[in-house]
Formats: sequence, structure tokens, C-alpha cells
Amino acid sequence: MPAPSEEMMEAIAEPAVPEVSAPRLVGHRSVIFATLAIALVLPFLVQSFLTFQLTLVLVYAIAIIGLNLLTGFNGQFSLGHSAFYALGAYVAAMLMDKVNFPYAATLPVAGIACFVFGFLFGLPALRLEGVYLALATFALAVATPQILKLSPLEYWTGGVQGIVISKPDAPYGLPLTQDQWLYFFTLLVTVIMTLLAHNLVASRTGRAMMAIRDNPTAARSMGINIALYKSLTFGVSALYTGVAGALGAIVVQFVAPDSFTFFLSITLLVGLVVGGVGWIPGAFFGGAFVLFVPNFAESISKGLSGAVYGVMIILLIFMLPTGAAGLVRAVTQRLRGQNIR
Amino acid sequence: MTALLDVYGLHASYGPTRVLHGLSFSVSDRGVTTLLGGNGAGKTTTLRAICGMVARTGEITFAGQTITRSSTEHIARLGVAHVPDGRGTFTRLTVEENLELGAITRRDRNDVVDDLERVFGYFPVLQKRRGQQAGTLSGGEQQMLAIGRALMLRPRLMLLDEPSFGLAPRLVHELFDILTTLNKREGVSLLLVEQNAALALELADHAYLLETGRIVFSGAAREIREDEKIRRSYLGY
Ligand SMILES: Nc1ncnc2c1ncn2[C@@H]1O[C@H](COP(=O)(O)OP(=O)(O)OP(=O)(O)O)[C@@H](O)[C@H]1O
Ligand SMILES: [Mg+2]
Repeated sequence: MPAPSEEMMEAIAEPAVPEVSAPRLVGHRSVIFATLAIALVLPFLVQSFLTFQLTLVLVYAIAIIGLNLLTGFNGQFSLGHSAFYALGAYVAAMLMDKVNFPYAATLPVAGIACFVFGFLFGLPALRLEGVYLALATFALAVATPQILKLSPLEYWTGGVQGIVISKPDAPYGLPLTQDQWLYFFTLLVTVIMTLLAHNLVASRTGRAMMAIRDNPTAARSMGINIALYKSLTFGVSALYTGVAGALGAIVVQFVAPDSFTFFLSITLLVGLVVGGVGWIPGAFFGGAFVLFVPNFAESISKGLSGAVYGVMIILLIFMLPTGAAGLVRAVTQRLRGQNIR
Repeated sequence: MTALLDVYGLHASYGPTRVLHGLSFSVSDRGVTTLLGGNGAGKTTTLRAICGMVARTGEITFAGQTITRSSTEHIARLGVAHVPDGRGTFTRLTVEENLELGAITRRDRNDVVDDLERVFGYFPVLQKRRGQQAGTLSGGEQQMLAIGRALMLRPRLMLLDEPSFGLAPRLVHELFDILTTLNKREGVSLLLVEQNAALALELADHAYLLETGRIVFSGAAREIREDEKIRRSYLGY
């Protein structure tokens, strides 16, 4: 048998449609357990500031999963997720500040508040497609910091000053620093949220979400209620981002209007694209990217950090047009020496 | 035979543009009706109007139930499967996932597995490609997938919009054989929109000829097949 030509090998390695869905290796049990094991020992090996940063990576990852459910799996665009993040953060901060709510209990409340808000926002937004929806959500993102500063709300929101939250100690006398405890707490929430997202996407509901993304007309012909699914997806997406916002508030110990500008929405979008649209584990790659790479850019040039960051994003998009998902798929295929899917 | 689908005085418009001007026709139970007509006559719009995808007025009854004001998804749940023109597959999902989506409104999970096998029986190529992304199928395979997916709904009535479009002649015949089987053996009624009038008239029992949103001729398919004048002037063969 003649050896296959290089061209042919390339043709085999290259999937015909660039945005092929989930590479399967990362779904492999052993990879998941190895990653979890590393995640569990990391805070004992690194400085506490890095532990704090890793916690924020997880927080971002939850928010990015939320955005991915909306954009990657349902085909709706949002530039307004900073608003849901802000709502989650403020709900948590106000509950702790004003009514002494235990920090862990703020998460479900923030999640539900954001679900309701997201669902209601999703209803009228249903009529909008693509760029128009992006614009409507953009308006939401721009309005949010200003609303948070309004003086009638100042008693609750703390106005421009925001709200300071105290850092929780590890419970049950566990021998952990505050940073380590918050990391583990966030990790637990992240694992739960990731599993739930995974199950949602694999369910009948998830199929319907993706069918709407791929072909709304055909989805309707199959009897799928598009309006309902789109609004629900908006709600669930907002819920994820709101829980992330609440966690973020607890971890950073502080909320203020200007932490939640439109720029945060863009940050989440960058994380989504870098991780891979339509691939849930990509959120962790994306979260790490948006947290560490801007710092790295700053270490290269203080004055031009924004430009350096921008160049890095552009390079990455050129080299990995499908984000980390594409990279992981390529590596997996190499390892297995065969085509997946 | 009683009518399964009855359309009376159907008007439809896209915004201010009126496209259908009072169509009346029917599809008999277990029957095959074909809608013929040139480009832009309003065939696609008629199918869309039946499923509630465009603004419409008039009276549409399906299995004795008025559906003129029903939503698309409700009409699908009643057992009307629309196979739209073009390749209406869920491109990034696998063949199998596409087929399962066809049955998404059904609650009888076990039967769905049987139906999957049944569809694979009709379209063996889909079984071979069950794990492949629908967007990477050939045009003909996607057309078969769209029909297979509609079958998963267990429809009483299928609305087919130019199913032969873009298929090689041999495949067209295969497809029409399958449609015949579906109709004869499983009793699925068909409303068939076709450019290939000769083929459609062979399958159909009734035919309606559409011109700019009006029915200009209707009759038994056999009559039209045998009436050379009509064939020449309207169907061009
Ligand atoms: N979305 C739309 N908006 C406005 N006008 C439309 C729309 N879709 C179709 N039309 C118009 O409605 C008329 C009928 O179109 P339709 O698609 O029903 O024709 P058809 O009989 O299916 O033609 P073909 O054989 O070319 O598919 C045409 O004049 C077309 O321009
Ligand atoms: Mg048409």
C-alpha cells in the first residue's frame, strides 16, 4: 500500500467544518480527574496571591460558561453580560452588608435574581437578531454602572463608593488560609456549575438549544417553541454569570459600579472566543487568558499594555481560529492517531 | 375520501406584500396532492402559510381541527411535518442528533429508538453516517436527512418543498420510490411541491396549478397527465 501523501494526511486531519463540536479527550474521565487533582493541590504549592488569582480564573470561567450557553449553544449574542455579573455581585454584597446573609447563601439568591432578570430581558430581545441583539445588550451594559451610582439607591448600593465585604474564614476550624478556603469554595461551585452545564447541553433541552442555533426555521417545524427556549437560555446564561458575579464580589471583597463596565462584557467575550465557542471546558482556558495575559502584557510594556494585549489576541485568533477547543482537538487527534467524529 | 387538510380562501403576505390571493385546495386522508407552478408562484409560501410561518388569513383545517390561528410548533405537534426548501438540517449536530430532534415533541421514548431504525431502513446511507456532522453531508444526503427527520415526528401529513431539488436523477427516483412507500404502506399523506411536474403527477392523486398566488387549474393528476394542452401550456413538457 502506498504511503498516504502529506496532502491527504492534512485532509484527514482537517475537519470540513471549522467549528466542530467538543473534542472528546477532555471529556475523558482520567483527564478530568488528573485536572481536579492538580486543582486540589495547587493552593498548597503556590503563593497566596496566585491562589487568589486562580480563584478569579474560576469565577471568570463560570461567567464564560454562562455566555457560552447563550452564544455557543443557542446562537444569541450578548455584549451585556457585565450587567448580569454586576447584578449578581451587588445582590450578594447587599445581602451580606445589609442583612448579614451568610456568604454561601447569597449565591442561589443572586443566581435566581439574574435568571429572572435575564429571562425578562430575553423576552423582548427575542425579536432581535444578531447585531441588533448585540446592540440592545450593549445598552444594558452601558446603563448598568450609572444606575448603580444613582443617589436614590445609594443606601443599598453605596453609590460611587460601592460596598466593602469582609473575607470569610475557613469553616469548622479547617487549617486553611482565607485565600485557600475561598479557592476551594469557588472550586466546588465551579465543579457543580460545570457539571450542570454539561448535563444541560447533553439533554433534550440542550439539543433544542443547538437546533435553534443551527436552523431556527427547521427547529420550529420540529415543534420546538423558539421563544420559550431562547428566553430560558437567556435566563440560565444570566444565572451563571450572576453566580460568578456573587462569587467575584466575595473573593474581591468589594463591589463598585466602575468594576462592571462594558469592558467586562468584552473580557468575557474574549474569554469565550479564546476558549472555544460551543465547548464548555474552554471556559477555563478563556478564564486563565483574560486574567493572566493582560498582566503579562503589562509586564512587557506598561505604557502600551493595551496594544500588546490586543496584538496577542489577534495572534491567537490567527493561530487558533477555533480557540483552545481547536488546539485540544488537534492534540487529541495526534495522540489517538485518528479522526474524532 | 375525506380531506385530511382543507384549505379555504387562503391569503398570505410578507409585510405589505400580498403573495397568496385566496387559495382553496385539499389533501385527502392517505392521499397525495401536488402543487405545481413556476418560480415565484407562491408554492413555498403556501406551505409556510399552512404551518403558520407567514401571516395568513382564511380557513385551514387539519384532521377536523382549525389551525389557522395555531402556532408553528403546535401544528407540528398535531402531526404536520414540514420539510422546508433548501437543506434544512442542524449543521453542527450529528445525523443521529438531527433525527432525534425530529422526535423532540414526542414522549414515547422507546418508540423513538424503533423509529430511528425505521428511518435507517429507508435511508441506509444515514445509518452509515449516523455519527457524522450534518453540515458535512452531501446535498443529497442532507435532503434525505431532512425527510428522515420529518418522519421521526410520526406525521400524518408531510409538506415537502421540492424534495428532488439538486438530486441526481437516479437519486430522485429512489426518493420518489420511498415517498410512494411512505404513502402506500404507512398511510402518510403528502402535500408535494415540485418543479419536476412529470414525476410529481405520477405520485399524486390530485394536482393544483399555481400562478402568482392563484390556483389556475386543478384536477385529478391522471387527467392532467393525459391532457396534452395543459401539459404544454402550463407544465412545459
Ligand atoms: N420573505 C419574503 N419576503 C417578501 N417576499 C417574499 C418572501 N418570500 C417570498 N416572497 C415573494 O413571494 C412570492 C412567492 O414566493 P415563493 O417562494 O412562495 O414562490 P415559489 O412558488 O416557491 O417559487 P420557487 O419555485 O422559485 O421556489 C415571490 O414573488 C417572492 O418574491
Ligand atoms: Mg419555493
